[in-house]
Amino acid sequence: MAIKDLPDTECVIPGSAACPGCPATLGLRLVFKALGKNSIMVVPACCTAVIESLYPNTSFDIPVMNIAFEAAAAGASGVEAALRQQGKGDTTVVAWAGDGGTYDIGIQALSGALERNTNFIYICYNNQIYSNTGIQRSGATPYAAWTTTTVGGKTEFRKEMGEIIQAHHIPYVAQACVAYPEDLYKKVKKAKSMKGPKYIEILAPCPPGWRFGMEKTVEMGTLAVETGAWALYEYENDKMSFNGKSKLILEGKIKRKPVEEWIKYQGRFGHLFKPEKDVKRIKEIEDHIYQMWERYRSCYL
Amino acid sequence: MKKYNVVTTISYPKKGAMGKTGTWRVFKPILDKAKCVKCLRCWIYCPEGTVTRNKDDTVSIDYDYCKGCGICANVCKVKAITMEREAKKK
Repeated sequence: MAIKDLPDTECVIPGSAACPGCPATLGLRLVFKALGKNSIMVVPACCTAVIESLYPNTSFDIPVMNIAFEAAAAGASGVEAALRQQGKGDTTVVAWAGDGGTYDIGIQALSGALERNTNFIYICYNNQIYSNTGIQRSGATPYAAWTTTTVGGKTEFRKEMGEIIQAHHIPYVAQACVAYPEDLYKKVKKAKSMKGPKYIEILAPCPPGWRFGMEKTVEMGTLAVETGAWALYEYENDKMSFNGKSKLILEGKIKRKPVEEWIKYQGRFGHLFKPEKDVKRIKEIEDHIYQMWERYRSCYL
Repeated sequence: MKKYNVVTTISYPKKGAMGKTGTWRVFKPILDKAKCVKCLRCWIYCPEGTVTRNKDDTVSIDYDYCKGCGICANVCKVKAITMEREAKKK
């Protein structure tokens, strides 16, 4: 599939409240190109609740329900049950939450909805921070990254949400990135065609949160995949497969770029380079990514 | 547009819900149509959806709402889009 084959459908209307260069609106445009207008979106507290803009107007051309932070998956379960009761089973229900509402606050509602086998798509756009409330640390923030609550850099590594979801053995789990639109489109399309709970996680490089120039959103996404900090994979009926560049890295056909190439552009890792280079911590990040890929190789190759 | 009679607050879709967001812009993307190879990368990567796709796969930019982030110029492989300073330097 090429970019030319993607449909013209637009569900995000220009003139929204998003920051310039926002990866969330970019992701939303791509997701709703695949889902079409016969969908209902459930949004907890996250940047997207702001991007919708102010009452009485909205920038989204599809029905949206706003709900409390921890309740995205629970709310989506309710919407799905109501639609099923009314015989409108062909409408897609999407829960669209940030990494805070998925990794930390919404995990029990999400786990419950997956266990109940709710027929919906849960999409987590992961910008690795609570960016809506002003850049606080979340469970997805990587090691040594600056946030307003981890001033000297985070001292823990991020957790692997994709693998936690896989332990529920649901029909479809995928990881994508906004920098690879064809891959994301294909994954959402595939999720739409399946019954049962589906989970897709999208890496969303956030310019104000990660402290890089707003024109570099796509470049940061591409580099995250090329350095191996983020893997593109899909897990379908208990079978794992890697896609695109991540597949080539897994099979050893291309060499993973050093992670320094990705973090040197981001101000949140600035303290590792100035006033002097913190070789030890950069190596710790690199080692963590190396171990992650070794684990992938031993499990899935 | 269909209005719904419900007891909760409800917002309706509108172009420019936050006003003309083009006024946020400092740098303006200028498209050189002669250089464009119709790859549509600017169209798919525009976060705001202000790069619109025409029937013949050429693109045009909606300057009323373009926030001037510069992603289109950055992803263009043939450098057909350049960013020019629009606001005056103080």
